[in-house]
Amino acid sequence: MREIDAIPEFKAKRGADGDVGITNMSALTSGPGIKSMSEVLAIILVAVVIIGGTELLLNIFEVPQYVLPKPSEMAKALFTEFPLIAPHLGHTLVELFAGFAIGASVGLILAAVITQFPFVEKIVTPYILLLVTTPMLALVPLLILRFGFGYEPRIIAVALAAGPMVMINAATGFRRVDAGKIALARSYGASTFQIFWKVRAPMALPMIFVGLMVGSIFGLLTAVGAEMVGGGFGLGNRLTSYSSMIQMPQFFAVVLILSILGILIYVLFFLLGKKFASWEA
Amino acid sequence: MTVGHSTEPKLRVKGATKVYHTRSGDLLAIDRCSLDILDGEIVSIVGPSGCGKTTLLWSMSGLHGLTAGEVLLDGKQITGPNPGIGMVFQEANLLPWRNVDSNINFPFEIKGTKPDRVWIDELLNRVGLEGFGGRFPRELSGGMQQRAALVRALSYKPSVLLMDEPFGALDAFTREEMNRLVEEIWLDTRTTIVLITHSIDEAIFLADRVVVMSPRPGRVANIHKVSFSRPRSLEIMSTKAVFDLTNAIKMEIVGTQQSRYPSRATSVQPVAE
Repeated sequence: MREIDAIPEFKAKRGADGDVGITNMSALTSGPGIKSMSEVLAIILVAVVIIGGTELLLNIFEVPQYVLPKPSEMAKALFTEFPLIAPHLGHTLVELFAGFAIGASVGLILAAVITQFPFVEKIVTPYILLLVTTPMLALVPLLILRFGFGYEPRIIAVALAAGPMVMINAATGFRRVDAGKIALARSYGASTFQIFWKVRAPMALPMIFVGLMVGSIFGLLTAVGAEMVGGGFGLGNRLTSYSSMIQMPQFFAVVLILSILGILIYVLFFLLGKKFASWEA
Repeated sequence: MTVGHSTEPKLRVKGATKVYHTRSGDLLAIDRCSLDILDGEIVSIVGPSGCGKTTLLWSMSGLHGLTAGEVLLDGKQITGPNPGIGMVFQEANLLPWRNVDSNINFPFEIKGTKPDRVWIDELLNRVGLEGFGGRFPRELSGGMQQRAALVRALSYKPSVLLMDEPFGALDAFTREEMNRLVEEIWLDTRTTIVLITHSIDEAIFLADRVVVMSPRPGRVANIHKVSFSRPRSLEIMSTKAVFDLTNAIKMEIVGTQQSRYPSRATSVQPVAE
């Protein structure tokens, strides 16, 4: 009797409306989960204690600036040096946007196409995994050799880092077949194309957002790393340059900018996911 | 062949046979099922689980083909999904990213036709979902979701409504309410309904005829006529006639199962000493 349940189109998945992929989505939708004013206050309090405590301890033990600058010095550097850092931030953003746009588009299209052909998917998946697990930073010296010290090697590296991440998550989304919902669409005479756009794609959306988020963070890491290798511009270049000149407050100002950038990316995709894929929460 | 229109079956299943090719070998799900369903009739199909009820219903809907035999709608063979057929699935099967209105629009989007808003509003009214168009499925109770699914299935005025264990996931009270609702809508529309159910009560309450299927491979084992007048009240369910019919159907389902699993029969014998 049980075998009959194993036939995919035979029975709609129990509880398919709510629980498909919630676990995959939790990274996005459960998010920071701040609920009350007191929690916000507690978070601020922790920040004050950590920053204030660091400032105090560094003062008490007279830690030299080149070992660890005081938070106040970092903040001061962030403001005074920002006009000098800003163009580099611009370069990094250009690399990130261009690389991510290319990588994510190719990743999304490949995921959509490949999941339509289970055989192709089986053949391609190991290579995609290889791309996901290989740190694309490793290729940067080679890319610089070929493309010089401009934007190109960095954009290519970002695309190579973000693309497979987007693809592997999007493919997981597209693969989430709910036999009942596809049967529903087919019962109205839906074509394969309609089933893709009206059932598979919306169902994959939460996973696509997870992929975009992880992909963009990976892209940022790769962009900064590539800038450290060479080329004389970008936030990564500032990090190597400031550290070589032992300008630690400036160095940490750049680190702070990178953290804020990462958080903004996370929040952006968190909000997009909430707006377009909240049905799954 | 001078068959009058009134006796021509709406839906005719002729020798329907379906074999699934699974990893563990071929599986004969239904075997030479034949059944005529008249226009405006409500037919329930009951049988032990895994007897191929859903397979039979999916064949009627054109969602999958048959290995042998055929299904005719108004005398024409069904070869694929048919606009004249509405389907209500196990569980509501609403698309969770669409609200109720958008879910009801879904069949029209696929077919590329314009929804009849007046009819849909009337249906929503009838099932008590007026004003819920903007709600998402997760904001509705199980019964409300299934009512929305019912509206969706009836929205494009199919002449046959196929229901696949539609109320199996609902509690007993909601289920009775849904049964009355189905009858009420049937009295208005006289849509031909084929209902698969695990509840013999539900099968009898709604149907003009109850079809009992044998265990896999599913065959039509028996057909019972239920001739209470409509609208039916819940009181009929406690009459002797219904009681006897329920028992007869139960015995047919359980009886066929016991003959299939003789070991179960011996295991209940008292142990000696």
